[in-house]
Amino acid sequence: MATVDTVRLKASNRQAGRKIGGTAAIFIFLFILGAFMVLPIYLTVIMSIKPVEELFVFPPKLYAIRPTLDNFRDMFRALSSNRVPFSRYVFNSVWVTVSVTALQCIFSSMAAFVLAKCRFPGSKLINSIIVIALLYQSNVIYIMQYIVMARLGLIDNPLALILPSVASPMGLFLMRQSISQVPDAMIEAAKVDGAGLFRICWQVVMPNQKPALMTLIIFAFQAAWNIQTGTLVFREQYKTLPTVVTQAAASGLARAGVAMAAAVFMLVPPIVIFMLAQRQVIETMAHSGIKE
Amino acid sequence: MAQKASAAEDRKKKSGELWKEIKKNRACYAMLAPFMLFFIVFTVIPVLMSLPMGFTDFNMVQRPKFVGLSNYATLFLSDKIFLRSIRVTLVFALLTGPVSYVLCFLLAWLINELPAKLKTVFTLVFYAPSLANVYTVWQLIFSGDMNGYLNSFLINLGIINSPVQWLTDGRYVLGATIVVQLWISLGAGFLALRAGFQNIDRSMYEAGAIEGIRTRWQELIYIVIPSMGPQLMFAAVMQIVGSFTAGTVAQNLVGFPSTDYKAHTIMTHAYDYGWVRYEMGYSAAICMVLFVVMYLLNRLISRVLSKYMD
Repeated sequence: MATVDTVRLKASNRQAGRKIGGTAAIFIFLFILGAFMVLPIYLTVIMSIKPVEELFVFPPKLYAIRPTLDNFRDMFRALSSNRVPFSRYVFNSVWVTVSVTALQCIFSSMAAFVLAKCRFPGSKLINSIIVIALLYQSNVIYIMQYIVMARLGLIDNPLALILPSVASPMGLFLMRQSISQVPDAMIEAAKVDGAGLFRICWQVVMPNQKPALMTLIIFAFQAAWNIQTGTLVFREQYKTLPTVVTQAAASGLARAGVAMAAAVFMLVPPIVIFMLAQRQVIETMAHSGIKE
Repeated sequence: MAQKASAAEDRKKKSGELWKEIKKNRACYAMLAPFMLFFIVFTVIPVLMSLPMGFTDFNMVQRPKFVGLSNYATLFLSDKIFLRSIRVTLVFALLTGPVSYVLCFLLAWLINELPAKLKTVFTLVFYAPSLANVYTVWQLIFSGDMNGYLNSFLINLGIINSPVQWLTDGRYVLGATIVVQLWISLGAGFLALRAGFQNIDRSMYEAGAIEGIRTRWQELIYIVIPSMGPQLMFAAVMQIVGSFTAGTVAQNLVGFPSTDYKAHTIMTHAYDYGWVRYEMGYSAAICMVLFVVMYLLNRLISRVLSKYMD
């Protein structure tokens, strides 16, 4: 008994038992590499608060001498000169992003569970179609998608921004890969208890899928947040933020500065969602309760 | 006669069984239905409609005209720039794909060894480039005058005397593109692997410790990698797609077309014919070639991975 306890203790203090030097070395390595990774983003932020005359100083500075919010002001000025109030674009974007993210998570989770854990006529075929859909990239698809949407009367309809993004093969593939790791015994046990597939999916499997689900939320949010209205919607009151922000960035006086301000502005919501979701991922202590 | 009748009966019996199977699994189909409805309408149908386009002459104004294999013949026999783009794509994909794949896994693992708070921060640091997608700043870094960050940095160090045209000099175009591609490539695959690490059951480590696993390396090889098969596969598919269909990075960074077609990938070539010259049939044929390459590679990788996992 005593030996088991010490082993347990050792195992649970896995991190603590490690040489601290190793962890420090990892930290230093990641820190240096990470500095290179964030440098361009840091420069973007710096450029966005530089006044026009500082953009062309030689040698270029890694900081702003006199930081200013002029670029952001110019961007918002360009945005609010439209006939439609700025808040309308914000509302459109939030509405599109929230509905795409929610529907994608619900639909892909259910489909992924069935495809990962049930065998039925067609399941193999659908599984391989998903991967093929991921690999098949063609310019022509957009045209065909446009034709399909025109047939459905979706052009210049706000739903045109939401419906095509609801079923993402990438999201489904991600969830399916993750759910396939759930031990079959767990699902069998729930079946013996008389639970239907729907309940097994949402009450047994999904509570253990927090890491994958949070990752899916990040992907879905990021993709939906950047949906441009393109040729699908013409009416100004249906346009989304990225569309008008890109327009503003392209028309600004000091183009570089305003473009940077626009990039920074658009980057904030995905980063906030990322931080919230990642914290959830890390707080999960994976424990399925059943050992294979 | 009798044989024929029995064969027909057999078929009937089989289809009856199939129907029974389908009925038995109707809950599965019901749960699949919402996803499949949108997937079929907005992905499968457009894909099926686009498949025959490679055999047509299609300018987006008139109806597509069937031309048989002539698009493919032109591609492989007389389109010199296409043959060049194959080489660029292969060099590009072979340099960025595997490096980025290993990097995704390595970084996801190293981050996993850190305390919880640092995990979030470092995951964000490495994923942030895929969130940001900022090309403008890279243009400023690689800018050809003295104001470019890289040029001014190297001039200050005395490594170069005069500014280098990173984005237009044929010698550096592909290199610059590869750097930026690697920078943004720690994307979906990396995050999925991070989630995979988080998914590994604690009891696995405990069991490992009891069996005498001591170092990080042993843990990685005996516990972590064998239980990450699905995520490794996901990351591989993402990596294939990312490295082979890369084109936007080059177009945004070094212009289009790039100097001497040095960064002209297959996808860029398809974009050129599709959206610049409106020869959609030809463009579709180009995309089809690329798809076949990626599909075969995917089959190969999934075979290797599944052999390794079992």
